[in-house]
Amino acid sequence: MKPLLRHAGIWIAVLLVLAVGLYPAASRSPITRETIFTVLLSVGLASSLNILLGYTGYVSFGHIVFFGLGGYVGFYALDVLGWHLAAATLVGGLAAGLLALLLGLSILRLRGAYFALATIGINEAMKAFVSNFEPFGGPVGMELHFAIYQDYGGAGQALWMVYWGTVLIALAAVGVSFLVKRSRFGLSLMAIREDEDAAEVMGVVAPQAKTWAYVLSAIFPGMLGALFFFKQGIVEPGSAFRLHLSIELLVMVMLGGQGTVLGPILGAAAYQRLRGLLLTSAFFKNIQLAVAGLLLLLIVLFIPAGAVGWLRGRAAVLRRILE
Amino acid sequence: MLGQLLASLTDGLLIGIVYGLAAMGLTLIFGVMNVINLAHGPIIALGMFGVYLGYTVLGLNPFVGLLLVGVLGLLLGVVIYTVAVHRVINAPHLSSLLATFSVNMIIIGVGTSIFSTSFRNVDFNLGSLSLGPVTVPGTRLAAALLALLVTAALYLFLRRTRPGKYVRAVANNRTAAGLMGIPATRVLALSFGIGTALAAVAGGLIAMSLPFTILSGGAYELKSFVIVVLGGLGNPIGALAGGVVLGLIEGIVPVFMQTTWVPVLEFVLFVLILLLRPQGLFGAQR
Repeated sequence: MKPLLRHAGIWIAVLLVLAVGLYPAASRSPITRETIFTVLLSVGLASSLNILLGYTGYVSFGHIVFFGLGGYVGFYALDVLGWHLAAATLVGGLAAGLLALLLGLSILRLRGAYFALATIGINEAMKAFVSNFEPFGGPVGMELHFAIYQDYGGAGQALWMVYWGTVLIALAAVGVSFLVKRSRFGLSLMAIREDEDAAEVMGVVAPQAKTWAYVLSAIFPGMLGALFFFKQGIVEPGSAFRLHLSIELLVMVMLGGQGTVLGPILGAAAYQRLRGLLLTSAFFKNIQLAVAGLLLLLIVLFIPAGAVGWLRGRAAVLRRILE
Repeated sequence: MLGQLLASLTDGLLIGIVYGLAAMGLTLIFGVMNVINLAHGPIIALGMFGVYLGYTVLGLNPFVGLLLVGVLGLLLGVVIYTVAVHRVINAPHLSSLLATFSVNMIIIGVGTSIFSTSFRNVDFNLGSLSLGPVTVPGTRLAAALLALLVTAALYLFLRRTRPGKYVRAVANNRTAAGLMGIPATRVLALSFGIGTALAAVAGGLIAMSLPFTILSGGAYELKSFVIVVLGGLGNPIGALAGGVVLGLIEGIVPVFMQTTWVPVLEFVLFVLILLLRPQGLFGAQR
């Protein structure tokens, strides 16, 4: 019982994701599956971002660049090279990780606002470059032949396959973010977050630790990008490198609580649920963005620690069971 | 070829000055309070709509409309500062970024539901000026001249007047300025207001010669980021120079290669400057 309780935080998080993930299998309804797919996609992306943002304290405004790049590379592997979806997903994640490694060695020297601005610049530069890059279809992007879904037992079957892939990756992202938090590596990241200079004095090799955190937080978005654009059947620069989605991820992490394992999960679910509600309501439909903005403002101003952070601050019991 | 080049150069120079004015608003706010204003784009768009509505609904001359836009922009900035920024001014970067971004969402949300996202333009003509191979639309020339005028006014305000000196003192060291009896909070609100007014006026100037939607501000916001980094974060006069550099790039590059390569060059330059010369091309003295 004791060790089980000590790791209560991760069990709550994993069981939550698993329960939500398995639900569509029980109902077999494509509509529920689509709703939950969106939520789990956000969970995976937000949990990855949290490794950099929550633990290391670096604000990446252009994190979606990894999602887009993974999507493009995966798409290229599927469409042009004729690879299997699983291989394409892996190579998408690998490409994103590689980009993060290269970027990490250079732009992570920047701190605070300068880093945030640089990530926006990278995303926009990548989008502009891909729009001119003919092998990736230039400004119109690429489209899959419908016949490709036959290899996976028809379009319906392929959609389920993408779904289970997303469940797995979301689980992996949550698991990795827990492992990182509990490891020595995680401790050095959090030391960097609190005071980078002091951390270096204490023997943390900051450039190295930051780079690996960046790489870890890039791999899952790359894989999710490959899955997502396989499902869409079409990829183009505007939808792959959408800066707005990047900022929505930041909102999710903030909403749930940055630097916690459970936070990004709750934040992603709550944000997507809210968006769905606002979009379907006749009254809020036109003005949903403004309502979401107002809500965000209230959270930033009054509950900056996010839902999980706020709960943890309430009682010692919650601090023990919420990670 | 030479004529074409000369024409593109003039075009780029004129629009670059207006870009510079917009970026000045962003950089002033960053320089004074270390906040990157992510509501910058929508404020530029509001400036565009201010001039547009003044012209079509009230029948105001766009230049009179600009004056009104400037005043309203100042007030809007003070309101935004008081409501959204003041509480997070000492918090980590993420808080102020998200607070200003939520203002962005609110403006865009309300704006799209009122104005939709269809294109508008201010149908206002000042004739054009020809000089050899170069023909300049009057509105563009007037916009650039006005932008220079506003820059000069800002410079004099910051250097010569008492409130301007307060602004510089607070930018230098907020705590020390407070100890010297400067009302730091009011000065911060004023600076945010001035930054907002500059962005709104720049938007109004752009609206006089180019079509726009409520979402157009986003593109100019990204340009402002590039300019601000070129000129050195927090350096208003550097921003003008950065704007001219960006405008010239936009003018010259399409002569030699496809227009779609312009943003690639801009953003690569942006990242390189951040990495190699984060104080900007022109130093970072305030």
